[in-house]
Amino acid sequence: MAKEKKGIRLEHVSKIYKDPKTKKDFYAVKDVSVEIEPGSFVTLLGPSGCGKTTTLRMIAGFESPDEGSIFLGGERIDELTPNKRDTAMVFQSYALLPHYNIFDNVAYGLKIRKVPKEEIRKKVIDILELVGLSGMETRMTNQLSGGQQQRVALARALVIEPGVLLFDEPLSNLDAKLRVSMRTEIRRIQQEAGITAIYVTHDQSEAMSISDQIIIMKSGVISQMGTPQDIYYHPVNEFVADFIGDANFLKGKVVSHAGETGTMEINGNHVEVSGCGHVSEGSEATLVLRPESIHLEDAGNIPCDVVLSCFMGAYQNYHVMVGDTKVAITDYNPRGKKIYQVGDKAFISFKPETAHVLQASE
Amino acid sequence: MKRRQSAALDRKKLLKDPVLLITIIILIVALLLFVLYPLLILLVDSIWQEGHFTLGIFESVLHLGRFQTAFWNTVRAGVITGLLSTLLGLLFAYVDVYVRLRFRILERLFNVVSMLPVVSPPFVLSLSMICLFGRSGLVTRQILGIYDANVYGLVGIVVTQTLTFFPVCYLMLRGLLKNIDPSLEEAARDMGASRWKVFWTVTTPLLLPGLGNAFLVTFIESAADFANPMLIGGDYDTLATTIYLQITGAYDKQGASAMAVVLLSLTILMFIIQKYYLESKTAATLTGKASRERMRITDKSVTFPMTMLCGLVSIFVILMYAMVPMGALFKLWGRNYALTLDHFKYIFTYGGLAAFKDSALLSVIAAPITAILSMIIAYLVVKRKFKGRGFIEFVSILAMAVPGTVLGVGFIRGYSNGMFRTGFLQGIYGTSAILIIAFVVRSLPTGTRSGISALRQIDKSIEESAYDMGAGSGKVFMTVTLPLIKDSFFSGLVTAFVRSITAISAVILLVTPRWNMVTVQINSLAEKGNYGEACAYATVLIIIVYAAVMLMNLFIKYFGTSRVRRQK
Repeated sequence: MAKEKKGIRLEHVSKIYKDPKTKKDFYAVKDVSVEIEPGSFVTLLGPSGCGKTTTLRMIAGFESPDEGSIFLGGERIDELTPNKRDTAMVFQSYALLPHYNIFDNVAYGLKIRKVPKEEIRKKVIDILELVGLSGMETRMTNQLSGGQQQRVALARALVIEPGVLLFDEPLSNLDAKLRVSMRTEIRRIQQEAGITAIYVTHDQSEAMSISDQIIIMKSGVISQMGTPQDIYYHPVNEFVADFIGDANFLKGKVVSHAGETGTMEINGNHVEVSGCGHVSEGSEATLVLRPESIHLEDAGNIPCDVVLSCFMGAYQNYHVMVGDTKVAITDYNPRGKKIYQVGDKAFISFKPETAHVLQASE
Repeated sequence: MKRRQSAALDRKKLLKDPVLLITIIILIVALLLFVLYPLLILLVDSIWQEGHFTLGIFESVLHLGRFQTAFWNTVRAGVITGLLSTLLGLLFAYVDVYVRLRFRILERLFNVVSMLPVVSPPFVLSLSMICLFGRSGLVTRQILGIYDANVYGLVGIVVTQTLTFFPVCYLMLRGLLKNIDPSLEEAARDMGASRWKVFWTVTTPLLLPGLGNAFLVTFIESAADFANPMLIGGDYDTLATTIYLQITGAYDKQGASAMAVVLLSLTILMFIIQKYYLESKTAATLTGKASRERMRITDKSVTFPMTMLCGLVSIFVILMYAMVPMGALFKLWGRNYALTLDHFKYIFTYGGLAAFKDSALLSVIAAPITAILSMIIAYLVVKRKFKGRGFIEFVSILAMAVPGTVLGVGFIRGYSNGMFRTGFLQGIYGTSAILIIAFVVRSLPTGTRSGISALRQIDKSIEESAYDMGAGSGKVFMTVTLPLIKDSFFSGLVTAFVRSITAISAVILLVTPRWNMVTVQINSLAEKGNYGEACAYATVLIIIVYAAVMLMNLFIKYFGTSRVRRQK
């Protein structure tokens, strides 16, 4: 549907703001370089204040970078005003024009582009069908639910066939259930339209379910970029590991390794791990364990005390103490399994390949 | 850290947006020419004589007995009016927000009383004061039999100004009181404080910056007021009237400039305290919205005296306004109370129609200019960022603190011989153009303020989305901004019309025989003691203004934005 998929390239982009309280300049975005392939769905993910929305607004043209340049489909766009850029944005608040009905909202961009009336009519009808709002052309925006408003905002952005579609936390105003169905919908429409999309969110499950690539940002800097699997299984540091999904961190030392597999010492106990090839023997390291990859057993290498045991339906939730470190465990399908009670002594176990080792300096 | 790149990019983006760029340049030039320059020239005039810097003019003016009296008169009237208006405004606001009103009619009375000063020409209350309490006043002579009553002077000024300005305080304080979360006071009551104690220890401290605000706003209005001191001041001269007399009587334009500088410094000082100190404090103490409906006071020992007091004041105010059409209908006030239309016939035989035509024509031209300009300024200030934004906001709001008399003198000094005496733009002096410009400058601050507050309600991303869809700045303003604030635009239009057609302070200095303004007519008739004719003029004026306001309400009711929202 889009005329031409366009890629985006950010070269050493920085944005400096003045802190309103301390009156000091600080980097809201610092030295961000990214290459986004045409047609891919890339998510900027991070806690609030990490610079993800600022980055998006720089791409849209609402903010100007203080360092670096932005390229859209090979063309440098730094000096273009937002209305001259081949981008379309879906806003967090939807930003529908309240004095227009749905048809006029969607047709707005086409009218600006002086598209003939008949063609506008056809395009608007088609796009409303794509987002599932056929027959609602004459409704006013305040007669729509949040999800419907979101679809109008999406239709309005899609109909002008932009090179890149920008999403600024579009689902954060919807309730939890709708959020889940809308994100699948957004992904479907993006694929059908075959359009490049950049998506900003602070919700990690949204990011994982929707993206080809995730860029994790913290304090204006990119922490990691990769596919959802990459980031979940091989986080580069504790921040990423903790931000994407839940993670337990056990401090210890790599005793020995042969290739990727090796042995770590935790609280004096030895345990087999994989993925520690980058850590030299004898150096401090942190073992990253996802709660769902750990089990409790009656015998094993790492002893622990159960401090919380809670039935959640789909899983049993445990908190155990390994030395001074609290470890969360999610044990799915608890039915028929042995349930440990608070005060029980047990051992934690995991498959070596589900563990991930970080160099201690991190 | 270097922030130059974003500044350079923003500049380049601005250059690629010619509509925006040209608008900004025109605005800045207009504000420089018609707000800053006339004020600046006053300062230059009063310290620059025959090519030399001198403090001589100031010195002689400051030593002038007339000036000293006028200065302290202005301050005294301002302080008393400010205090009384704030107190009366507080009483009305408190009753409106806290007290359960037994009779619906009281609410209507409140509405009428708060509307009246908006729709009435500035000197109406002075006229009716004279009709009621003057030498041949209805109350003083007819009822009390006093033959040498004297309303002229400080008392007359204070009463008329208080009744004119207290509704503004009422509206300001009502807004603040409504924002106080009732649970704060309930918490205090719950801990055992009496209602009186709660008022003093919770309500008042929260309201204190707001009270200061109301006082200063009234003080500025009082100091800037020209019409009431002129009509009812007698020999109690204030700065505004003294400046006028200095120009029209003593032909001392330099002295008038120096006095204008003093008056301007006084009002701007108050304005700066109010705007930059008190307003931020008000915002800091009263940010939250009331979480739920307040439990109204029903205790009779509280409600009875308060509602009585408010009711009496309201009735008195309405009576005052009713005096004007009465004055126009009686044959000879004080002697012969036979009903007659002679006064109306008189004014329409002797130039009245022309005066109304001129006043209305110039106001009709000035109103849309003001409304459009103030919406554009509001849009730029709230929604865009660019160099010079602070300047535009500051100057257009600052104009609020400039007394009309000062602006009038500034225009005379600034343009009677052209800019800086070079003859440049001399052409506008003595024409209708300068009157229209004066109207626009006088109404711009109110329009801009209402536009700014209307726009702040609108999510910034709505305009951004239109911009993002490819619309240029002009298109965004016309298709998105303006339709969303059309209520504010239309009320700005009518307010500008009303303010212009009832304006006198600047106009009386700038008017030429070619243009015949209603307000100037009323003033000169009242000065001559022809109250019947003056009242007849004022009555017609009130009718015109009232019609305009009704038209505005109708428009907002049937075409306003709130209507679109209600179409559920």
